[in-house]
Amino acid sequence: MTTVRQAWVIFTRRYLRELYRQPVVIFMALLQPIIWLLLFGALFKRVSEIPGFGGGNYVTYLTPGVVIMTAMFGSSWTGMSYIEDMQTGVMDRFLTAPVGRGALTAAMLAYQAVTTVVQSVIIIAIGWGMGATFPGGAVGIGALLGVSVLIALAMAGLSNGFALLTKQREALIGASTTLVLPLTFLSGAFLSLSLVPHWIADIARYNPVNWAASAARLAVGSHAAWATVGSYAGFLAIAVAVTAVTATRTFRVYQRSM
Amino acid sequence: MTGEAASVIEADGLTKTYKGDVRALDGLSFSVQAGTVFALLGPNGAGKTTTMRILTTLSRPDRGRASVAGLDVLARPGKVRSAIGSVSQHSGSVGLLTGRENLTMQGSIYGLRGRDLRRRVTELLGALGLAEAADRQARTYSGGMRRRLDVATVLVHRPTVLFLDEPTTGLDPEGRSDLWSVLTELTSAGTTVLVTTHYLEEADQYAARIAIVDRGRIVAEGTSAELKAALRGDSVLLELDGADRAAQAAKVLADLPTVIAAATDGSVLRARVADGPSALPAVLSSLEAKGITVRSVTVARPSLDDVYLHHTGRSFHQAEGIALS
Repeated sequence: MTTVRQAWVIFTRRYLRELYRQPVVIFMALLQPIIWLLLFGALFKRVSEIPGFGGGNYVTYLTPGVVIMTAMFGSSWTGMSYIEDMQTGVMDRFLTAPVGRGALTAAMLAYQAVTTVVQSVIIIAIGWGMGATFPGGAVGIGALLGVSVLIALAMAGLSNGFALLTKQREALIGASTTLVLPLTFLSGAFLSLSLVPHWIADIARYNPVNWAASAARLAVGSHAAWATVGSYAGFLAIAVAVTAVTATRTFRVYQRSM
Repeated sequence: MTGEAASVIEADGLTKTYKGDVRALDGLSFSVQAGTVFALLGPNGAGKTTTMRILTTLSRPDRGRASVAGLDVLARPGKVRSAIGSVSQHSGSVGLLTGRENLTMQGSIYGLRGRDLRRRVTELLGALGLAEAADRQARTYSGGMRRRLDVATVLVHRPTVLFLDEPTTGLDPEGRSDLWSVLTELTSAGTTVLVTTHYLEEADQYAARIAIVDRGRIVAEGTSAELKAALRGDSVLLELDGADRAAQAAKVLADLPTVIAAATDGSVLRARVADGPSALPAVLSSLEAKGITVRSVTVARPSLDDVYLHHTGRSFHQAEGIALS
């Protein structure tokens, strides 16, 4: 109970206020995906005419993929906030107070969930403006937001744990940039998996980004296969639980190294 | 109460080695009485911060034990955290939050709420001279204000023991004396304060007791007066033409039987002798014989600098130079 209350205190009294005072952090992470959306939307305009793509509008195909990519990209940087806290003494302040380490993780994930929802809504709006359609309607879009939050939290847990282990900006930048793009391209975020080489399709099956991208696309499409969406979401939820627990345990490793 | 007052902080044989065989602590022990300011004095790298980190539950020693407010820091870190307030070397306050918001968040974490919390926050901001700046973001504060905010924030839950790691580093003289008057006031209300500092003058002036830390151990401990009184003799300070000359002079004086110890600090040579006035002629003539010009001479009772020199074999500033290089 205390952990939940403390997480709520840190989330509302710190993170939400910081976000309100520096909303630019939401938009910085948006710049790149917007460029991707515009660029890829134009570049691969006719890609959806290739047999096997199922016809339709490429922007409709692309938008859920970019939502997922953005969620993952933005949250891969959350560890930066921990590193900054280490350097400004804020981390020590929390760790010398009777704050459950789980509360620190939970507050950070709650903050990440909020920024992800805002970012996803903006991308969906831009995609819609470019002609994307969402036959799944409000329910589908709600499910897309949910899936984007799940992949964001899984990535944020990973990023936080990594930050606690390495304590270095450079290491986190390196890990984030080497992980995010390959994971995106080894998924169906940009191209239908029926059109990519077999080995990529095989890898994609075990790639959480692909689970998210597939679930997202199914959810906003017509006649969503909810059982499939649900099982992907379930896998993602397990990934969130694993990375969140790992990040929380990593506080111990961090303290041992001090 | 019989005999000595209870000790609120106990460190017993703390030993810690970091990766790469860097021995930070080497059997460090001391204890602090309730309601006093106790200073750990030593150059950078002596082991002060590691000691603070262990006592505030951030780190664990390889060997040894420690307790704070009667609680074992290794066995009951959670309870210790509720009893202490800790200001690390870096600020620890959140820059984008106002002073009031920083205190309010801290108080909420400890379970304070509603009117009690608001009243406590306002009271502390006032007590630390931050009433006017209370609703400005902490990142706009000056160094001294930020430090006072740090102290106010960790006081919100009324801790019985306060830890401050180098609280006055980087502050101007006014900021330093302001902060010290706050700390002294706290002890009169019963709070126990442990500070680390590398300012000799501060420890001398404000701390009830001082422990000199050198290479991970406590080499001397007592009140400033006790530490100085334990040194026999006087201190002779010679001003010479530059550091090279001072080093040369130190070698000459080391050979004199009346000189107990000698060390340089820039162009100043600091020598301890049994009796200042009677040793002076021999000191001066031996330097003159080597052609070393003395610009000025002072004879004084031993200072904390001499205490440090006596126990570590190095002058305090020299030790700092080594630690930093």
